[in-house]
Amino acid sequence: MNPESLSFIFLSAFLINNFVLAMFLGLCPFVGVSGKRDTAFNMGLATMFVMFISSVCAYAINTVLVKYELEFLRLISYIAIIASSVQLVEITLKKFSPALFRALGIFLPLITTNCAILGVALFQTVRGYNFLQSVAFSLGAGAGFGLAIMLMAGLREKLELSNLPNITQAAALSMMLAGILSMTFMGFAGLGGSTA
Amino acid sequence: MANPKNTETPLSVQDFTAGLWKENPVFVMMLGLCPVLAVTNTVENSLGMGIATLFVLVCSNALVSALRHLIPKPVRITTYIVIIATFVTLVDYIIQAISLDLYNKLGAFIQLIVVNCLILGRAEAYASRNGFGKSVISATGMGLGFTLALVMLGAVRELLGAGQLLGYQVFSSNFEPWVVMILPPGGFIVLGCWLLLINYIEQRKTGKLLDEESASQCSVPQNQVSS
Repeated sequence: MNPESLSFIFLSAFLINNFVLAMFLGLCPFVGVSGKRDTAFNMGLATMFVMFISSVCAYAINTVLVKYELEFLRLISYIAIIASSVQLVEITLKKFSPALFRALGIFLPLITTNCAILGVALFQTVRGYNFLQSVAFSLGAGAGFGLAIMLMAGLREKLELSNLPNITQAAALSMMLAGILSMTFMGFAGLGGSTA
Repeated sequence: MANPKNTETPLSVQDFTAGLWKENPVFVMMLGLCPVLAVTNTVENSLGMGIATLFVLVCSNALVSALRHLIPKPVRITTYIVIIATFVTLVDYIIQAISLDLYNKLGAFIQLIVVNCLILGRAEAYASRNGFGKSVISATGMGLGFTLALVMLGAVRELLGAGQLLGYQVFSSNFEPWVVMILPPGGFIVLGCWLLLINYIEQRKTGKLLDEESASQCSVPQNQVSS
C-alpha cells in the first residue's frame, strides 16, 4: 500500500501503530475508565470526537503559525486551542443535543488535555500531513483508542469473576493485560511496515 | 500533607524523600505513565526523559509557587498549563541544541511532557499551596523519583532486550536478546512485573506486622483465662 494514501494512514493509526498499545498515549483513561464496557464505549466515542475536532483545529492554527513564522508558539497555542474548542463544542452539544451530551459530557473535559489528543496534533504536524490526511489520522487514532479500551474493559469484566492473588491489585494486573494485548497487536505489523 | 494552613512549617527532609520512594509518582501514584513506557527502551533515553521532566517540574512548580497569590482562582489551571508549556518549549530547544541524537530518539515525547499529569498534579496539589522553598524541594524529590522509576524500567528493558547497559555489552555474544522487551509489549510487562514485586514486598511487610498484632491479640485472652 502507498504510505501516503488515506486508507493506509487510517489503518496505521487504527491497528499497526495503535495509539494506546504501540505508542503508549492516553494510558491514564485507558487504565482508569476501562472497568465497564458501556463506560469504555462512551469514553472511546468521546475521545474519537475530541481527536477529530482538535486535529482540525491544530491543522488550522499550524497553517497560521507557519505563515507568520511563529513555530515556537506551537505547543502553547495547540493546548489553548484544543481546550477552548472542546469547551465550545461541549456548550453547543449541551444546548442542541442533550442526549449525546449525557453520553459524552462527563468525559469531554477529562480528555481535553490527555496526551493522546495532543499526540494526534503533534504527530500530524511532525509528519507533515495535509488536511485530509490529518482527518484520516485522527479518526484512525480515535477508533484505535476505542478498540483498545473496549478490549481492555471486556477482559477486566471477565477477570472480576476469577480468583486472583492479592498482589495483582488493579494496576499491576492491568499492565500485564495491556502487555499481552500489545503483543497481539504486534501481529498487525505485517500489514505494512511499523514506521512510528 | 498538602494542608493550606501549614505553609509556615519549616523545611523537612521528608518533603524531599517522600517523592523518591514512599509516594513515588510512577510506582505508587501511577502518574505520567505515557512517557514512562514510551521512551524507556534504553537507559540513556530514560535518563534524558527523566532529567527533562525533572527540569520542567522544578521550574514550573517554583514559578507557580512564587506566583500563587497573584494567580486568580478561576483561571489557575490555564495559567499553570501556559507556565508548563513555556518551560517544555525551553527544554525542547535545549535538548535540540545539546544532543540532536537524543532529540530524534525522544521525538514528540519531549513536547508531550506538557500533558504529563504528574506536573500539573503537583502544581495544583502542592506548589499552589506551599511556599517557594518547600515546593522546589518537593518537586526535586518527585522529579528524582520519576527519573529513578524510568531508569529502573529502562535498565531492565535494555539489559534483557539488547544485552547492554548504557551501550556497553553486558552479556557475552551467546546471549540471545529478548527483542520483545525493547518493543512496546515489553514496557507494559516490565512495569507490571515491577508493580507485582513492589506489591509483594509491601504485602510481606504489612503482612508480618498484621501477624504480630494478631498473635499478640490472641495471647491476651489466653493470659486472661489463665489468670
